[in-house]
Amino acid sequence: MKKSLWMGSSALLFMLTSQAAMAAEAGAVAPQYKWLTFVVFGAIIAMTMYVTYRAAKQTHSATDFYAAGRSVSGIQNGWAIAGDYLSAASFLGIAGLISLYGYDGFMYSVGWLVAYITVLLVIAEPCRNIGKYTLGDILAFRNNPKAAKMVAAISTVTVSTFYLTAQMVGGGVLVKTLIGIEYEVSVIVVGILMLTYVVFGGMKATTWVQIIKAILLVTASVLLVLFTWGQYGFSFPGFLQAAVDNPDIQKQVAKLVGDAANNMTPEQLGQRFLEPGLYLKSPIDQISLGMALVLGTAGMPHILMRFFTVPTAQDARKSVIWAMGIIGGFYVLTLFLGLGAAMNVTASKISSFDPGGNMAAPLLAQYVGGGADSMLGNLFLAFVAAVAFATIVAVVAGLVLAAASAMSHDLYVGVFRGEGASSKEQITAARVATGIVGALAIYVGIAAKGQNVAHLVALAFAVAASSNLPAVFLTLYWKKTNTWGIVAGMLAGAGTAILLVLLSPNMTYPLAKIADAKKALDGTPAAAAVEAAPAQGGFMCELFAGADCKKAVKAAAAAPAKPGAREKLAKAEGELAAITDDTAKAAKEKEIAGLKTAISKAEADLAKFDGQTTSMMGLEKPWFQLRNPGLISIPLGFLVTILLSLVTRDRRADEMWDELYVRQNTGIGAEAAQAH
Amino acid sequence: MTTTVNWAAIDHDPRFQALHKRKTTFLWSLMIISTVYYFLLPIGAAYFPELFKIKVWGPMNFGILFALSEFVVAWTIAFIYTRRANRDFDSMAAEIVRDSDLIR
Repeated sequence: MKKSLWMGSSALLFMLTSQAAMAAEAGAVAPQYKWLTFVVFGAIIAMTMYVTYRAAKQTHSATDFYAAGRSVSGIQNGWAIAGDYLSAASFLGIAGLISLYGYDGFMYSVGWLVAYITVLLVIAEPCRNIGKYTLGDILAFRNNPKAAKMVAAISTVTVSTFYLTAQMVGGGVLVKTLIGIEYEVSVIVVGILMLTYVVFGGMKATTWVQIIKAILLVTASVLLVLFTWGQYGFSFPGFLQAAVDNPDIQKQVAKLVGDAANNMTPEQLGQRFLEPGLYLKSPIDQISLGMALVLGTAGMPHILMRFFTVPTAQDARKSVIWAMGIIGGFYVLTLFLGLGAAMNVTASKISSFDPGGNMAAPLLAQYVGGGADSMLGNLFLAFVAAVAFATIVAVVAGLVLAAASAMSHDLYVGVFRGEGASSKEQITAARVATGIVGALAIYVGIAAKGQNVAHLVALAFAVAASSNLPAVFLTLYWKKTNTWGIVAGMLAGAGTAILLVLLSPNMTYPLAKIADAKKALDGTPAAAAVEAAPAQGGFMCELFAGADCKKAVKAAAAAPAKPGAREKLAKAEGELAAITDDTAKAAKEKEIAGLKTAISKAEADLAKFDGQTTSMMGLEKPWFQLRNPGLISIPLGFLVTILLSLVTRDRRADEMWDELYVRQNTGIGAEAAQAH
Repeated sequence: MTTTVNWAAIDHDPRFQALHKRKTTFLWSLMIISTVYYFLLPIGAAYFPELFKIKVWGPMNFGILFALSEFVVAWTIAFIYTRRANRDFDSMAAEIVRDSDLIR
């Protein structure tokens, strides 16, 4: 049965990819070089299938399936954590942010590394010492096992679903942009590949897929940086100076700062790219995101799970050190990738493929290989595209494994079946749960097509930081913590984080969309001069909308009316007839085409939001002012856990404290490695 | 799992108490240093932009230097913790584990 399933999934994959290869439309890869991409994709898939096949032969018990038999070495686990963590959002997204906004993109990357300090200092070793397979196991050690496992499973599935949806949708869009494969096909291919790895090879295969991906990712980045930085003689100030002097970067900054650019020299414009404030404009929001990252990473179920795969606490420590080296080194490299892409590919070309900047690294690869028409350039692009694809699959595999473990180990075995479940039953339950979660992931990926899901990654971190982390941290380090505390704290933390995001500017507000669309079509009327006015309402207004709140107003000179796209189009079409010069004519035609797209997009928006006035939560304007809820929800999660623990009593939580505290510090009685 | 381990006795053992004290102080100080240092970056960028714009080495300004220093500080803290854990905590814990059956 296992064999026929194996054959079935391979055949289905082959069919889908070969069909997709023929039907592929335009993407970043030129059509005559598409085969190159598929060769590189094929090679990487073959490699991962081989390790899955080997892992499948060694996966016999629940410990094999969930924790790779606890036989992963510290170094291997370090690479696997990096592979699990460096999602497409950080690999492509941060390079993209740097290429479009300079310094702020780089600053954004710092929190993702600092997060591992929390993991190293407070989570990794204690969890390895007292844990078994899941977050639920850690919480169940002192607290009521059934209640703890139930709430841990709910939280794990919630966090994983948010992160998973973002990965599936982002991955589908990315593959379409890169090579033009249909969105649905790529979601299904990612889903089937990931299911094959996890169902057959469990944690062992997932670990190796993540290691392979991390090695490919680091290799690709190092090569790209060597080629990019080499042009400037490997001098850091020289590289930065080239960025400052680059006319395309200066143009991009002028676009970002608007009218202020009129008083700046080109040199100042270029230097501005290396200064903060072009992208991240709300410091409180950033601090809120920083809190979610620094505390959320340590509460991410798929990251926690990785620490159960090593034989000892010392290996857990070693794996964080390796992961920090790889992840941090990688983010330093993205500074070069991002600035290199901004100089050589230009921001306007990058955002023409994808407004979020995700194509910066792939296009840079194409450039250093010799450009869009060269074989080498397309080989490089194909390689980076394949790495991006492997990235999505590896991250998704880790997430699905975490969610499936919560369902099978915590819910099915822990809550319903109890200790009576045999090893065989446990592993079957795990495989069935993986199948269910995987199918759901594919369904959600297709259903959420076209939705803006970028904020879901930040939300996943916020929920993990507001529910999982307070529960784990207080269970490990505070004697008075008990079942009531963690159950109430986790529900309150997660619920608040989700609710605040639903009331935040992340949601779609039809009134604002309609106003924007009308502005794009018809332009803005002339405006009188505005006098500066300070903000009113104090600090609370920075967080919540209220009747007394007024935003600070900057002084502005009287502005003339700006024409809308319709007026511009009519003017451009009138001018076109009079133009005789061929290049000028082509430029005008391009302008007209651009205006037409803008008009049809605005008209589509108008039609879509016609008659609607409120967001899905019934709000005309966001009530919560931040995009990241961590600032409120994380302290709340801690507070509720602490308060409820203080007012309730739980004998087991008291009695188990000595054992838990001794075990987490010494490793006495820790689950040992499984010999094969 | 041995059932002969007396957890409460180990918890009250002076050697375990010594381990607990040293580890707690050490971990908390590292944690606080790293958190404060990290949040200085977004706070500084938002409220002290003029400081971040000061050029220190060619076009490299204080902001870039500070962001790069965040990486160095994170790695250094990880290094310090690992060295201390490998040298002190592991051997202290090993001693307790060795005697765990005897501590009553």
